[in-house]
Amino acid sequence: MGEDPWTFLRTLNQERIVLVVAVLIFGVAALGLPGFLTAANLIAIVRSIAVLGILALGMAVVIIGRGIDLSMVAVMAMSVAWYLQLLGDGMADQAALALVLGGVLAIGFMQGFLVAYADVPAIFVTLAGGSFVFGYVRSQLIPSDAVPVPDGHWVEVMGGLRYLGVPIEVYIFAALSGAVFLFLRFTKWGRYVFYAGDNPVAARNIGIPVRPMLVLRYVLSALTAFAAGLLTAASLHSINTRVVNSTLLYDIVLVAVIGGIGLSGGKGGVRNVLVGAALIGLMLNAMTIMDIPLLYQNLIKSTILLFAIIVDGLLNPRDEQTAQQGDI
Amino acid sequence: MAFSTRATNRRHSRATFEYHTINQKTQIEKGEDKDMKPMKAILMAAVMSVATFAALPASAQDPGPAAYAKALSGKRILMVPMAMGFDLAQGWAAILKREVGAFGGVFETRDPNWSVEAGAQALTEAISSDQKPDVLIVMSPDLNSYSKLLKRAQKAGIYVLLIDNPANFNADAYLGSDWTELGRLEAEAVVKGCGENSSKKIGLVQGDEVNATSLFQYAGIMDVLSKHPDFEVVAKPDSNWDATTSRNVTTTMLQQHPDICGIIDFWDGDATGASAAIRDAGKQDQVFLVTTGGGEKTADCDKIEDGTYGAVVMTELAQESYNMVTIIKYLLQSGQPAGTSSPYIYTLLRATTKADLRPDSCWDLKALQAMAN
Repeated sequence: MGEDPWTFLRTLNQERIVLVVAVLIFGVAALGLPGFLTAANLIAIVRSIAVLGILALGMAVVIIGRGIDLSMVAVMAMSVAWYLQLLGDGMADQAALALVLGGVLAIGFMQGFLVAYADVPAIFVTLAGGSFVFGYVRSQLIPSDAVPVPDGHWVEVMGGLRYLGVPIEVYIFAALSGAVFLFLRFTKWGRYVFYAGDNPVAARNIGIPVRPMLVLRYVLSALTAFAAGLLTAASLHSINTRVVNSTLLYDIVLVAVIGGIGLSGGKGGVRNVLVGAALIGLMLNAMTIMDIPLLYQNLIKSTILLFAIIVDGLLNPRDEQTAQQGDI
Repeated sequence: MAFSTRATNRRHSRATFEYHTINQKTQIEKGEDKDMKPMKAILMAAVMSVATFAALPASAQDPGPAAYAKALSGKRILMVPMAMGFDLAQGWAAILKREVGAFGGVFETRDPNWSVEAGAQALTEAISSDQKPDVLIVMSPDLNSYSKLLKRAQKAGIYVLLIDNPANFNADAYLGSDWTELGRLEAEAVVKGCGENSSKKIGLVQGDEVNATSLFQYAGIMDVLSKHPDFEVVAKPDSNWDATTSRNVTTTMLQQHPDICGIIDFWDGDATGASAAIRDAGKQDQVFLVTTGGGEKTADCDKIEDGTYGAVVMTELAQESYNMVTIIKYLLQSGQPAGTSSPYIYTLLRATTKADLRPDSCWDLKALQAMAN
């Protein structure tokens, strides 16, 4: 008691603000919306944001290292579309998987290389990279937007898997969250991500392999995108490359940023992604239950994003020295 | 086939000419017998038969092919659908390519890949290019975006055909579905699919709030449901034409209203999401899913067959494409300025269920593309 109220406000960083908002929405929805507070609905909420959350995990690692990967949705959709197309054309599963994995690794590596060694800003590299991946795969490798999963293929089987009534996506999201958490928190290279993101020059001066690690992050985000794509195809029994034109990419950035991962790098973690994903999942679910039209949903979503960014700007002002370089 | 018919016609008309000539001669002979104006009669007959015979080769030549070729050959037909990557657009393009090539025209497509801006840019370029297209075939992404551009195209003398998606613009023809009627057929299918002893609760997965196809479909559905007041729409979220969104909203819908008996998803492109949600909820036998699509085999018929969709309201793609061909041929020969009239050429719609599924209910994209190449 007797504390300066300003000090209390200072402890309210963006993550906590978002958490409070999420809890509020949860409380109001639980009281006001019939059928919201049921096990099935809560599972559905987690499931609905599992793929988004997985993508946001990959994005988070890149953003913490002071980068951004705008090619994630393209890599996600096109790698899986290509994979399914190869299977549809009769290629053996292992060969197709190996080929596509090779492609995914190559695109991640290329993008990382351009950012790390050619010093091209990440936002341009990945924007162009995403367009390239989409354009190349769509024009050269697959004949139409939607590619179905072959009957009885393991991807289709995976989509139907349940354990204790909970879909597989939820477990995979949880497992990947745990893995990224362990990587960022307890491994040497994980800690390096923060150092490199906070101050790349200083990190390099103390001997951290800043550039190889940069490449690694883009490879990781490409792999994450491939995994998210497989889960999408598992659930829908097909993949539609139209998703590249959707707002999914912005939603990924939204989840990461709204949870409190600063775009200037060096800050945040898995917890922020989970908080951001929870808010988005709860919001979308509640708005769907209330039958709010899509246009308003987008308005509400974007207003909250703007709010979070403004709050972030006020509470975590950018450091003048580090904000100069490599900023996006 | 067409050639031999034409040849027979020509032979037939020549025979008629000969018949007339013989008749005239007979009359002349009779006249010679009766009165005494032989010279005049012979002269007349001679003049007539000379005229007839002189005219014969020219008349026997069908003026059609020359006029047809003059009006059509080298004409540029440009199609700008919302994207080239989905079944309907690929089906149209396959048939148009073959047909336009057959009359000596040039058929091109642009792929805006679902981007309104890219489509607008393609249209702007087409209108202002040196080699203007003679006919623009446009699938409008919404009611208004392209209206001004298309008016400009007509002013530049380009015939504009609107396909599949209506817009606020007087096109030289609209070819595609009557979306209100399509909605009615969907609603009738879902009412029938639910049956009298069901919960009579229906969910809609709409597309968006700007596309005419979504708006008119909704109006048609509501029109039919107003005649079945015991049926109730319990939820009507939008999918934004995205399968994952469709799955998420359908999951929520099924949880909120576990006794739903039927769902109408506004497009087969995203109905895979709604069907996934139904499958996940284990309600395939309880929920009758109705959607609409271009009638492509893997997208529609295969899924009616395996029970994923209860009914699909399908467009007759081939008929729709040939309607386009007919209108193009008509307009290019009509000589009328662009924008003279704006007829609606609706394609026949049918709600197909497993019971009335026939081998020819759908068309096969792969086969069609193989044929066009």
